[in-house]
Amino acid sequence: MLRETHLNGIILLALLIVPLVALALNEPFIITLATKVTILALAGVGLNLALGQGGLISFGHAIFFGLGGYSMGILASHAQSFTPLMEAPFLIEGTNLMPVIWIVAIVVSCLAALLVGLLSLRTSGVYFIMVTLAFGQMFYYFAISWPAYGGEDGLVIFVRNEFPGLNTLVPIQFFGLCFAVLCAVLFFVSKLNKSAFGLALSGAHFNPERAETVGIDITRVRLVAFVISAGITGLAGALFADLNRFVSPTMFSWHTSGQIMIFIILGGVARLYGPIAGAAVYIILEHYLGAFSEYWQIYLGLILLFVVLFAQGGLIGGLSKREAAHD
Amino acid sequence: MSTILLIEQLLNGLQFGVMLFLMAAGLTLIFGVMGLINLAHGSLYMVGAFAAAGVAGLTGSFALALIASLAAAAMFGALIELTVIRRLYKRDHLDQVLATFALILVFSEGTRWAFGSFPLFLNIPDMLSGTVMLPGGIEYSLYRLTIIGIGLLVAAGLFLLISKTRVGMRIRAGENDREMISALGVDISVLYTLVFALGAALAGLSGALVGAIQSVEVGMGEPVLILAFVVIVIGGIGSIKGALAGAILVGVTDTMGRTLLPVIFGSFMDPSAATSVGSALASMLIYILMAGVLVFKPTGLFGEA
Repeated sequence: MLRETHLNGIILLALLIVPLVALALNEPFIITLATKVTILALAGVGLNLALGQGGLISFGHAIFFGLGGYSMGILASHAQSFTPLMEAPFLIEGTNLMPVIWIVAIVVSCLAALLVGLLSLRTSGVYFIMVTLAFGQMFYYFAISWPAYGGEDGLVIFVRNEFPGLNTLVPIQFFGLCFAVLCAVLFFVSKLNKSAFGLALSGAHFNPERAETVGIDITRVRLVAFVISAGITGLAGALFADLNRFVSPTMFSWHTSGQIMIFIILGGVARLYGPIAGAAVYIILEHYLGAFSEYWQIYLGLILLFVVLFAQGGLIGGLSKREAAHD
Repeated sequence: MSTILLIEQLLNGLQFGVMLFLMAAGLTLIFGVMGLINLAHGSLYMVGAFAAAGVAGLTGSFALALIASLAAAAMFGALIELTVIRRLYKRDHLDQVLATFALILVFSEGTRWAFGSFPLFLNIPDMLSGTVMLPGGIEYSLYRLTIIGIGLLVAAGLFLLISKTRVGMRIRAGENDREMISALGVDISVLYTLVFALGAALAGLSGALVGAIQSVEVGMGEPVLILAFVVIVIGGIGSIKGALAGAILVGVTDTMGRTLLPVIFGSFMDPSAATSVGSALASMLIYILMAGVLVFKPTGLFGEA
């Protein structure tokens, strides 16, 4: 058995080495798969902050994934057609610069999360799940019925957006960029989890009464966690849209929320590196089972059932011994 | 916009509402008695619709098709309760959500494997096709009127079952105190299977009835499932009365919103913009309604704190 920190290092290293080997072997498709894993893992890391650390079972994180995607889609489509986004009261133009798009994606997701969170956090438990799910569906239907940006068909962006100093159309360079973003976010979240805020959030999860008694405003802590979590997932959405150079309402669908949740459960709930392992397993299953059977989701469902019923702790829980059991 | 059209849309809303009630009643019952959130409820709706379409295709009888939908959904409901669901009662909501989400994947892909990706069609029986004349000179589809009737009958039956019969007494007792009723010698696991199968059968019936208006296809249950959640949030969880009130409120609001909003916006905007703004807003209306209820009564209209 391994220590969890060692296993985490191995997982991150593997994610870096696989595309490098693929580059040497001239297999660009594998690099793209690894990029997909990196971006989806990022979305999972975002959700895991709310779900794992905070115990907020949000079934609506597709909202933020989608908003991130559409932030990219809308800005880039205006840059592509050289039309301004709006002229009055002040001029906003489209852009194809990733850093700008990322900031917009994060800000938009955070604002949406503030609104959704303020409403959803009035409830808890099973209500919270249903309410976040319903708000997710609201955004989905809105994206479908709003014709200005492609409606049901989505938006195609012909050229990947630019990042200063890189050629993002080269798969390995885009991978490197996504990997760097993932590492930065992992560093940020690990610091956050250990901070006073992170401890308050865990406290509000495991013993809300006690947390409240010592003077923690649990609703506020949860709201802040929900907003940060949404910002990270929104950033992942913008990257995912750039990977595919396509956004569609599917990004808002509740299956997307479920998928992000699956990464977390496959990897191990509330483990920082869990979503990376989970997303990797998911993409590998999708790729290989998908080649083996058209109905691969049946097997995915059965595997998921097995993990939930019999293998709690997921992949990382199964491969490592738990450090410092708190239970 | 004439009064006749308005009343027609009101009836459509009512029809949509009673269908949502059949879904929401099962969900809220299962949550109330077993404390379980069941995402796979939409799959049971789909199972009912496919069973009905399959049997109607073979025998040509709509009555048999309805019976088949009830039987198939109840049977699959009991089957998943016995194999999967009963392991989840003591788990937290996250496990319940994930396991039942996994069941959706299995059911949806399994159905696609068995029936193919093309939608099936379930025809309205001749006896119920066509329209009837309602007082006030309103012509309305007989089948939709029948659905409203069946829905209201089932609602009444459900209220009687729960308030007047011995099984209903046990169900209510189960909602209040599980440990106590099992200590009093009620076989709680049989009761759970029964409640789950009952909820499943209602979902299956609803799927079959709606299947004759829309097409029968894989994934048809999911939008309805989420609407049923909205109904439960509005009505208050665990309350059948709340489910009925919430369902009709959601059904009527949604249908009326889709008809009226484009017209209202059309009165002060140019027509094409009014249609797009109106329809986009109409698709969000019930969620805005839900948000409103959450602001003023977070436990729902009939929920207890």
